[in-house]
Amino acid sequence: MEPKRELLEALCANARTDTADLARQTGLSESEVEAAIADLEGEGTIRGYQAIVDWEEVDEDHARAAVELNVTLDRETGYAEVSERLAKFPEVSSLHLVSGNYDFLMIVEASSVRRISRFVSEKVAPVPEVTQTVTHFVMETYKEGGIEMNGDDDDDRLSVSP
Amino acid sequence: MVLVKTSERVGRVPPSGIRKFFELAEEREDVISLGVGEPDFSAPWAARDAAIASLERGQTSYTANRGMRELREAIADHCADRYDLDYDPGEEVLVTTGVSEGVDVALRALVDPGDRVAMVDPSYVSYRPGVLLADGEPLPVRTREEEHFRLTYDALQRAGASEADLLILCYPNNPTGAVMREEHLEPVAEFCREHDLRVLSDEIYADLTYEGEHTSIATLDGMRERTIVFNGFSKAYAMTGLRLGYALGPAEGISAMNRIHQYSMLSAPTTAQHAALEALESCEEDVEEMVRAFNRRRRFVLSRFSEMGLDCFEAKGAFYVFPEVPGNDGTFAEGLLEEQGVAVVPGSVFGGAGEGHLRISYASGLPQLKEAMNRMEAFLA
Repeated sequence: MEPKRELLEALCANARTDTADLARQTGLSESEVEAAIADLEGEGTIRGYQAIVDWEEVDEDHARAAVELNVTLDRETGYAEVSERLAKFPEVSSLHLVSGNYDFLMIVEASSVRRISRFVSEKVAPVPEVTQTVTHFVMETYKEGGIEMNGDDDDDRLSVSP
Repeated sequence: MVLVKTSERVGRVPPSGIRKFFELAEEREDVISLGVGEPDFSAPWAARDAAIASLERGQTSYTANRGMRELREAIADHCADRYDLDYDPGEEVLVTTGVSEGVDVALRALVDPGDRVAMVDPSYVSYRPGVLLADGEPLPVRTREEEHFRLTYDALQRAGASEADLLILCYPNNPTGAVMREEHLEPVAEFCREHDLRVLSDEIYADLTYEGEHTSIATLDGMRERTIVFNGFSKAYAMTGLRLGYALGPAEGISAMNRIHQYSMLSAPTTAQHAALEALESCEEDVEEMVRAFNRRRRFVLSRFSEMGLDCFEAKGAFYVFPEVPGNDGTFAEGLLEEQGVAVVPGSVFGGAGEGHLRISYASGLPQLKEAMNRMEAFLA
């Protein structure tokens, strides 16, 4: 596997790994790791680093919804234009064009269900190209970014074995 | 009063040298164990799901002695694709309860009383007892760190292996992590052909070969007819507890092994066979991902050892490294456990040639490895 791909995999496993440990894991020198990461960031392969949060554990309200959107397009307006407009809202945490019965799948986050409802009805539905919205509030999150929220990470192996 | 008289045969087998460290490690709360001989991953979900589904369908009966036909076919296809090993699923494949059972029945099927069985020293702990239980005479062949713990023609010669009947090979090696590429295997094959040695080749760590491909000795000239190859699902598919392995070999050898297997085991666990079939059919990517994770950990650990000034040859297989430590390896391992709470296995447990070394397993998450390396560094300081 080429070094950059290897670095990506190591960072996807744990983006907080420091340069020295990334160097040890990949066999690159620290300066090579720094240069490769700078490249990956510069060319836009790495777009950012985020924490995966279990909001249940945070002592404040947090709500999330998956919103299905149908849109209508015309000569001047394509999916790209509509998506740009929608993506600008800070409430939208992710936005995908999908195959199937609707066009966009949009994940919306806010501090309450009420705020999300208002956001969808006041900001999203009025967008001229949007013809229909269906909002699914998230009731429970079991897995996020590859991490199980109730994952049991106890090591039940024998502590020493041949 | 002793009610049970135990056999002279079982008396020949010494108790496990690992037991002591297991007990010491179990006594403490804060232990990080680098002494574990199995992956920290769970079996791929698809394989576990197939096992569950087979139970739901009520597939809880015996299978054919040699294993489900479909599984043997999948094994034969997989080994042909991946290792260039061509075996007939009807006559030349035996599904066993882990490689351990396979090696045991092979020894009992191939060894006559007094036969000499050469084995790589250091290597996995069950070969020697297996030979003793089969009334054979173990002949350790010492390998050396300077030669990256590979078996060589000279080492075989020096150990008197020309008089042996059988050779047990284990590469990638437990405990050293050594691998033997084709060019290293060729002289060993030459020795076996010259002196008419049969070979039991335990290749359970084959998929965990880094920086290059695994070569099976059975693919070399004139070796197929004298070799039984063992592999299984424990390590690469993280299925140790499901107990599933297989043996590949010439029909007469496999048939002799099956004669014992059919009476002692009847058939390998049915649920595990269903998991294994699914593993071969759909879990290749899971395996590749685990192998890449192991490789990152391997580099991490080797690089930390070099930083702390511990001599360690660059192991390129399995999930072990085998650094050299000052003084007696057993004393070092006990001290490390007592002072720093890091459990490892002394190299001498795996044979005399392992003395002065530790087997370090990197089948643990990077955060644990990182902490364990820091503790080792503190211990050495």
